[in-house]
Amino acid sequence: MNMQEKNESANNFEQCIKCTICTAYCPVVPVNPIFPGPKQAGPDGERLRLKSSYFFDDALKYCMNCKRCDVSCPSGVKISDIIQSARIKYGRHKPKLRDMMLASTDLVGTLARPFAPIVNSTISTKPVKAILDGVMAIDHRRMFPKYAGRSFESWFRKEAGPLQSSFRNQISYFHGCYVNYNYPQLGKDFVKVMNAIGFGVNLLDHEKCCGVAMISNGMMSSAKKHAVHNVKVLKKAADTTRKILATSSTCTLTIRDEYPNLLKVDNSDVRNDMEIVTKFIYPLVAEGKVKLVFKKGYKAKVAYHVPCHMERLGWGIFSAALLKMIPGIEFTMLDSNCCGIAGTYGFKKENYEASQAIGKPLFDQINGIDPDFVTSDCETCKWQIEMSTKYQVKHPISILAEALDLEATAKLNK
Amino acid sequence: MKYDTIIIGGGLSGLVCGISLAKRGSKCVIVSAGQNALNFSSGTFGLLSRLPDGRQITSPLEAIGELDENHPYRIIGEDKISEYAGMTAGFFEECGIKLHGNNDANGYVVTPTGDYKPAWLAMEDITIFPEKQEKIGEKVLVVNFKGYLDFNSAFVANAFEKSGSSCRMETVSLEATERLRRNPTEMRAVNIARVLDNESVLSEFAEAVKKLIKDEDVVVLPAVFGLNNAASLDILKNNIGVKTLFVGTMPPSIPGVRTQMLLKRAFEGAGGTFLMGDEVTGGEISGHRVLNVKTVNLGEVMLEADNFVLSSGNFFSKGLIASPEKVYEPVFDLDVDYLKDRSLWYDQDFFRKQDYMGFGVKVDSSLHALKGGDAIDNLYVTGSILAGTNQLYEGCGAGVAIFSAFYVADSISGKKEN
Repeated sequence: MNMQEKNESANNFEQCIKCTICTAYCPVVPVNPIFPGPKQAGPDGERLRLKSSYFFDDALKYCMNCKRCDVSCPSGVKISDIIQSARIKYGRHKPKLRDMMLASTDLVGTLARPFAPIVNSTISTKPVKAILDGVMAIDHRRMFPKYAGRSFESWFRKEAGPLQSSFRNQISYFHGCYVNYNYPQLGKDFVKVMNAIGFGVNLLDHEKCCGVAMISNGMMSSAKKHAVHNVKVLKKAADTTRKILATSSTCTLTIRDEYPNLLKVDNSDVRNDMEIVTKFIYPLVAEGKVKLVFKKGYKAKVAYHVPCHMERLGWGIFSAALLKMIPGIEFTMLDSNCCGIAGTYGFKKENYEASQAIGKPLFDQINGIDPDFVTSDCETCKWQIEMSTKYQVKHPISILAEALDLEATAKLNK
Repeated sequence: MKYDTIIIGGGLSGLVCGISLAKRGSKCVIVSAGQNALNFSSGTFGLLSRLPDGRQITSPLEAIGELDENHPYRIIGEDKISEYAGMTAGFFEECGIKLHGNNDANGYVVTPTGDYKPAWLAMEDITIFPEKQEKIGEKVLVVNFKGYLDFNSAFVANAFEKSGSSCRMETVSLEATERLRRNPTEMRAVNIARVLDNESVLSEFAEAVKKLIKDEDVVVLPAVFGLNNAASLDILKNNIGVKTLFVGTMPPSIPGVRTQMLLKRAFEGAGGTFLMGDEVTGGEISGHRVLNVKTVNLGEVMLEADNFVLSSGNFFSKGLIASPEKVYEPVFDLDVDYLKDRSLWYDQDFFRKQDYMGFGVKVDSSLHALKGGDAIDNLYVTGSILAGTNQLYEGCGAGVAIFSAFYVADSISGKKEN
């Protein structure tokens, strides 16, 4: 009998040698002294929690789940999963109304979107911000993403959907709440680019929010319901188109990794078929299976910020490589730093200062480079960087949509 | 994804090799499964301090001829080793890392347990003494943070007393460091360093030390300053006002973490791609060539290259794996030099020479990896995974890591030129 093989613990927790290297890479540690640090919050605290739930520390809520500790661990310990699982298992506080509102992105989106002009203008007024701050503890300095007048799904069904079956190749698209309610333009750019390289786009048989904000706000049963539903519709999509692409790095990471690891929802049938769009496109271009034609005279100075979850997925190289292919792009890879927002984390009044302090080195670097615009694969990084610097943030796919000669590209990829 | 060179392992050796190649215009990627042993470094580099038979060495470059023929230094060649040793400090300087020391004779550093240990080069925090037990001053004040256990003031003071100084010990307690003690296991070098990266806390600490000085002419501190920027060291020295020396702590190592960060930045600055937190799981070999490797994160997308470098470290970094029956190399299943009889792997006396530390991957005269006895023409091996040396015992870990990296980088760029 091989005892070594029988000695594996959940999330590799017994592999921790207490080296503390994760602490060197935790963005929260230097700005929030109440947070005990990833090693203590994770594997070190877990030893005690296994003995008694008395040892659960409420300060674990200050973990942003950026997963930089996992990336740095020399021993393969899934530190962030240990921390998040502990919050799920031992958390004593029920989510507040505020947390439920911030977390229910698709419910709130559905309610708010039809009244977009009213919601957008009132939510940014001083009295409303004061109420949100005072009553809800949503920081008044935070700028809200705007709601779109027409959802992406409604645009797609009417305008783009009927044309998709004419393409020889087909993929499915998990657009996420942000594209649907706040920024349909990104979804439109995605469709444009996919069509130009010869792929028809299919929506899922009604996707739900991936649930990441529910997980971080302790709404586990809702998150699990979403996960079970999504895995079912993803499987259906994978059966017909195989690949399911996304434009959001966080939705992708949540569906691939948080479903099985945190929510214990089996996604093994679909996990490998779900990926971020740039990881799908770049290898096709590199192998010559897809040809790109760029507009003449396109010029832009671009700084690329790899979102934490993209860093964890290990796929930043694909977005970077794709952008670097565009002639006329002056490309800078920003240093590996967290922007500080971590989804709904930075919206909360108690986290605002820490959130901005975490992002400061990134904002300073961007200001120093003075690019035409910043690029990133994450919607909340976009809000944070746009709020904290004067620069616009575009998704790599939107840049591609801008830079490609779509008609000429489409002709080559029929 | 196609590169010129793929380096497996992002520790000292992989980074030095990657920087050397990237600077010469090669398109390189380093795949690193988490942080590496550099983060646990003593803050010093060893070239050679002891021969396999136990004889102590004071002039390392002169002793290389006495090593076995399969020692990496002998494979690389005495002349090359001297040349590379002469290049090392300048190479690191270009990466923003100041090293000091002497190629002709080993110096000595004080360890956190109060011993004098031979060293070739030291990072700028760590004081290196030309002579063992050199007197550093008449009166020495050893200052520690209250509650910090990885730096033992009494041991350190004992070392300086042996060299003729009289020592006094004090502790400093700041509000910011006291907060760390809420969790006793968090009073560690990295946590303290992160707190002291804040300028106001750093000057508060300097003031506190200043107040403790009576008639001492030297202050000794643990090396827990300047995680992100070594400038903290000078600020501290200036503010304290008397001669201030730093002694390395038990792991993790602040000079080591900083060195790792700076090397990674230099690699990326030279155009290299660093894949942190990914792991190479296997590779496809055809004939005598590696065609590609697979990683956990990249899934079905293969990494392809003309050349591959295996710098995946020893047992600690899982470059080598010991099962109850054998020792193997997990990525390519290369030929490993190890003792078949498991009872010979280790000595029951922990502090004696441990033979398992001398196991490693077999290579030919160009550091090509061997598999089934045959060399793989485009797979090179560097660093602590190399066979032919017990680096811990011989005190040559950094030398082997750096020189084998230079050697392989030269071979790969030479091949391209031909």
